[in-house]
Amino acid sequence: MNIYLPIAEISVNVFLLLGMGGGVGFLSGLFGVGGGFLMTPLLIFIGVAPAVAVATEANQIMAASVSGVLAHWRRGNVDFRMGAVLLLGGTLGSVSGVWLFTLLRGLGQLDLVISLCYVVLLGAVGTLMFVESTRALFRRRRQTDVRRKLHQHHWMHGLPFKMRFRKSKLYISALLPILIGFVVGILAAIMGVGGGFIMVPAMIYLLGMPTSVVVGTSLFQIIFVTATVTFLQATENQTVDALLALILLTGGVIGAQIGTRVGTRLRGEQLRGLLALLVLGVCGKLFFDLVATPSDLFIIADNVGGH
Amino acid sequence: MRLGPVLLSLGIMALAMPTSAQNPLVADLSEHQIQITTGFTGTDVLLFGTVASNSDVVVVVRGPAEDTTVWRKGRYAGIWVNDQRVVFDSVPSFYAVRSSAELGQIASDTVRARHSMGANYLRLRAKESSMSPAELETFRAGLIRNKRRQGLFTPEGEGISFLGGELFRTRLFFPANVPTGFYDIEVFMMREGRVEHAQTTPLIVSKAGLGADVFYFAHEYSALYGILAILLAAAAGALAAFVFRKN
Repeated sequence: MNIYLPIAEISVNVFLLLGMGGGVGFLSGLFGVGGGFLMTPLLIFIGVAPAVAVATEANQIMAASVSGVLAHWRRGNVDFRMGAVLLLGGTLGSVSGVWLFTLLRGLGQLDLVISLCYVVLLGAVGTLMFVESTRALFRRRRQTDVRRKLHQHHWMHGLPFKMRFRKSKLYISALLPILIGFVVGILAAIMGVGGGFIMVPAMIYLLGMPTSVVVGTSLFQIIFVTATVTFLQATENQTVDALLALILLTGGVIGAQIGTRVGTRLRGEQLRGLLALLVLGVCGKLFFDLVATPSDLFIIADNVGGH
Repeated sequence: MRLGPVLLSLGIMALAMPTSAQNPLVADLSEHQIQITTGFTGTDVLLFGTVASNSDVVVVVRGPAEDTTVWRKGRYAGIWVNDQRVVFDSVPSFYAVRSSAELGQIASDTVRARHSMGANYLRLRAKESSMSPAELETFRAGLIRNKRRQGLFTPEGEGISFLGGELFRTRLFFPANVPTGFYDIEVFMMREGRVEHAQTTPLIVSKAGLGADVFYFAHEYSALYGILAILLAAAAGALAAFVFRKN
């Protein structure tokens, strides 16, 4: 059964979309990641214009984050104060990101920048995760548990505008979370990702937040950043396909529930290792498309949403 | 007082009758409107009509014209990037040509150029470009190649069949990605390489139903659309959290 997507302006099989939503939802439930970094490339592979894929994914991730944050909020795992500071940076970042997006689109270099960002980020994150999970697997075998400090003290603890974050048990400069939020906001606007895969490690390793509140707080911030991106993309570029987002998230919600249940039966390091391979696979495919000689050197600039 | 309209219609009839008797070319479409609904996967439109016997027929379908940008990719540090561009002026967004015999045999080159019979005879002019004609030609060829790949320029085909000597018909296919707008369908009656009669029939391609409303809303009230998209996502997320709360 084909469905004509009103903004993407293509006809796609609705079960393919539900399947993609379900598959990525399953993985995101299994690994505890948002899945935007997988869905956006998938949408581009099936022929959705990159501009539409990115903007629509922001809309879908927002829905996924709302459902995720409610569960964490009930358990009291959201540091609202930290979330608000991250959000300040996130809003600035997403405004700049959408501006950059529109600019690149006008120059005809948007698709290239989206692909390059994906290759670099997925390559870096995938490699780090792969190394970390294989190390963890070996450490587990050797049974040597090294106790680490709560967090290390670096130069960044000398920055001004210090704030107290009770829930995170931190007294740090507000500049750092603002910067992290800013970077993630730009990524959300350009790549159509929530940015959890950047923000979570940054919160743990750079800010030194306790792991228990990291996911809830990151989801809380992602809701507002993706909402800002959705609004700005809708007004600036008219590239948010609400129908596509709705179909994807229908599949995604169900997939995520199954994924979460399967995930509890598997070991963390193995899961992270598998995810790392998946991330590297997507990265490899995108990289190949960038360097392989195209079958036709000439292309027509797509003008979806640009009328 | 009532005489005016009656006289007018009599006059129109008097004018219309002799011309229709003289014009041997009459053609029409099975439908004049294509609606892109949510389930749209492309559609066929039947074009039929009559011509004088022993003549040939050429049909040229053109979608709304638009400026079209063509990029040539170049390699920088091993990566293929959009390098140089040419903007072509009023390129038909959709183009198809059909004929009752091979075009080269029934129309001279000048006639083909004048009536855009064949993609290579389309007047594709580049906007302000400093490139050499030979280089521009590669961009033109690239444009046609890409449009063909997208199914928006259909390859020249004969595909017009005659029933008896005067009645003709052909099926025109419009794919799922057909651009919206006003189409011109020109039917030419050809004899000895020249156009003897011509007729233009309009066709409208428009979005319809839910999809059309969403598209219109997203473009005309984009701020409201953005807010609604956000509310929809928030509601969907909250609903999902509620449904699966027990687990």
